[in-house]
Amino acid sequence: MITRILLLLFLPSVIAQDLCEDGKDGYKVRLSIKTALGDKAYDWNESEMFLFRSSLAFAMRKYTQEEKFEISNILVCNETKRVSFVFVVTSPNDSTKLIPKDQVASAVRKHRHRLNSAFLLSDGTLEFVGIPPTLATPITYSTQPWLIVFGVVIGAVAVGILSVLMSTMTRRRRAADKGIDSGKEEERIEGFVKENGTSLTRLDSKDGDYNKAFSNDERFTKL
Amino acid sequence: MKWKLKLPNPGLEDRILTHEELERLEVEEAGDRPKWDNKTQYMLTCVGFCVGLGNVWRFPYLCQSHGGGAFMIPFLILLVFEGIPLLHLEFAIGQRLRKGSVGVWRTINPYMIGVGIASMFVSFLVSLYYNTIIAWVMWYFFNSFQDPLPWSQCPVNANNTGLVPECEMSSPVDYYWYRKTLNTSAAIDETGGMQWWMILCLVSAWSVLYICCIRGIETTGKAVYVTSTLPYVVLTIFLIRGLTLKGSVDGIKFLFTPDVNELANPQTWLNAGAQVFYSFSLAFGGLISFSSYNSVHNNCEQDAVIISIINAFTSIYAATVIYTIIGFRATERFDDCLNGNILTLLNTFELPEGNITESNYDAALQNLTTLSPDIISNLTLKTCNLNTFLSEGVEGTGLAFIVFTEAITKMPLSPLWSVLFFVMLFCLGLSSMFGNIEGVLVPLQDLNIFPKTWPKEVLSGVTCVVCCLVGLIFVQGSGNYWLALFDSFAGSIPLLIIAFCEMIGVVYVYGIDRFNEDLVFMIGHKPNIFWQATWRFISPLIMLVIFVFYFSTTITKEIFYSAWDPESENFPALEKKPYPSWIYVIIFLLAGIPSLSVPGAAVFRAIRNYCCKKHHSDRVHELDSISSKIQVQDEEKKSENPYKS
Repeated sequence: MITRILLLLFLPSVIAQDLCEDGKDGYKVRLSIKTALGDKAYDWNESEMFLFRSSLAFAMRKYTQEEKFEISNILVCNETKRVSFVFVVTSPNDSTKLIPKDQVASAVRKHRHRLNSAFLLSDGTLEFVGIPPTLATPITYSTQPWLIVFGVVIGAVAVGILSVLMSTMTRRRRAADKGIDSGKEEERIEGFVKENGTSLTRLDSKDGDYNKAFSNDERFTKL
Repeated sequence: MKWKLKLPNPGLEDRILTHEELERLEVEEAGDRPKWDNKTQYMLTCVGFCVGLGNVWRFPYLCQSHGGGAFMIPFLILLVFEGIPLLHLEFAIGQRLRKGSVGVWRTINPYMIGVGIASMFVSFLVSLYYNTIIAWVMWYFFNSFQDPLPWSQCPVNANNTGLVPECEMSSPVDYYWYRKTLNTSAAIDETGGMQWWMILCLVSAWSVLYICCIRGIETTGKAVYVTSTLPYVVLTIFLIRGLTLKGSVDGIKFLFTPDVNELANPQTWLNAGAQVFYSFSLAFGGLISFSSYNSVHNNCEQDAVIISIINAFTSIYAATVIYTIIGFRATERFDDCLNGNILTLLNTFELPEGNITESNYDAALQNLTTLSPDIISNLTLKTCNLNTFLSEGVEGTGLAFIVFTEAITKMPLSPLWSVLFFVMLFCLGLSSMFGNIEGVLVPLQDLNIFPKTWPKEVLSGVTCVVCCLVGLIFVQGSGNYWLALFDSFAGSIPLLIIAFCEMIGVVYVYGIDRFNEDLVFMIGHKPNIFWQATWRFISPLIMLVIFVFYFSTTITKEIFYSAWDPESENFPALEKKPYPSWIYVIIFLLAGIPSLSVPGAAVFRAIRNYCCKKHHSDRVHELDSISSKIQVQDEEKKSENPYKS
């Protein structure tokens, strides 16, 4: 009689253990608290486990939006010193029926951020083995930032080029207005002589403005 | 004297200005050759030309892979015996003859004009790809103004479930470089189309160069105040930042730990010689040009020594800075690797955190292996060796755009460091480009390719536009492979030939006696026995040896290129692919056209002179006795037409 009563009392927990350890619809969870928080790491104890179970129940409630999950619906087993364990979720209506794996996964994925924040952890340190972490959406810019910098640089360079070219043109115009006299022509011939690099460079720059070849003219004129 | 071999060189006296004429030019400041505003501009321009990207990304790699501190020995020896003499020679001959490279060689001997033309070709080919590297630097610079940096994370795939597979298999920095920047194709024959963002960057690179070179040294002389000094400032900032990072000292130790055995390896000496040579930007013609704008009594001997010392110091300084950052990155990788292993062990054996740390990892692993060897063997534990990570020493673009950018992403305030780093690379590259463009523009003017009425601005503009258009080869999908091709063949063998011909030309064709007298005139004393020995035998011999080795190793071995092929088996490692056969034609053109223009121009000139002599043989006969013949002819003419005169 007493044994029957005892059996009835312990049956749920035994069944619960069986449900959990079956492991078909359960997920393994791994926490790396010291890696995430370093000095500020907290110890894992009963209260933390309570928090976990309640946050998971919260996630399931929000996901299904009707069914009232309780902490007793979250069953945990295989706890290790690593801080890892396996959990399963039972239906609030029937404690022998497990919620299928994919539903649990979707619930966790949807509220991953809330779960992480409850424990001050991240996707990597609060690991649900088998549930891929949700990737952050990449930042999209309306205008690429590099185009802005490029525009600034090209604009500055274009302004610079235009101003230099303008100053060259004004310089030339001013010189053209001034130098209609022979002074400028001499300059040009001198320059021509210099750049050739032939025997003409032996000419005295001050005196010789004309080509020696033409000096033969003297012979003609002398005649 | 038996040692003073001098080749016959008729007409040399007619082609050069005498010392008196030079003195008069100097005193009266006549002539319209451009001049430096002050000595600082000249020194900064030369330093900027010599100090380039190679100091930052080639020298550290060579140093580390050829015995660290021991590499300094061949490097410094060859610097003294090869670099400084050649530098002094180029400075002196430019200052004496007061012309660019084509003008100088045409003056020394018209048959040697090919040396100048070869310099021009090489400067042109190098400018093309060098400015593309600057375009890449600008792309990274433009993209550094965002947080987080775009190369710090892999992008997610279409439905946000995972990362892009190409990125996941390699790394975010690799992916960003090969896919987002280059959009590289898998082989050199696949062009892959033009990458529009790279075209924009190429245009911006050439525009910036244009505005700096628009009026020749008048504008570059101002620009070098920034471009030559800023790299040193940034290097110092990085040194200070780097030394505060974890693992930096390991990097420096790894760099400088000497391995004396490397000195016995001839490849070490060969690489040291090549590095000294290319680092000094010799044989491009730019240095001759720059020193021709100097006053004739400028002390070129002192300049050569100072610039060589600065160049060597910069190489060593940059290597130190680079390796502090590489040490930091290697340590981070090592820590990640080790922590990954530790996590795997903890997870597998359900041990509490903190049981296995970095310090007791080896002991713990051994313990676990003895306890349960089969489980350990099933685990995929990576081997973490710090030295392996340190010697993942990359060189060239890999160092700047992959390794260094990765290190920057791990530093706090990454956008700031990224901007600084790429500004430094930009300045280093731009100041070298000034010299390259000088080596292209001045010969074009000397050869009268452009009409004389065109102003300087138009000349530089046309050159920049042409180079930009040709440089579009490098912005297509396979551009990276083309760039490597140009780098290996256009910028290597021809330069060695040109440098060798330069030394022979000055010492034996121009005449070492005349050169010594010129130096006495210019700097006041005869160059001592060190210069005489190096100019006459030692440096040409070293050049010849390096050239023979280089040539033989290039010709004999099969040439491969490393391709980024996501479909290859070894991905993400680069795959070595052989070049297709038509590339060998391109290689021959790249290396051959500059090299063959040295003898080619001489032959061309000889043929032209011979043809002229043949056609005008009658006239020549007449010209032998000008005075009498013409007079007689005139008198005859006068007698024929008395009323015409």
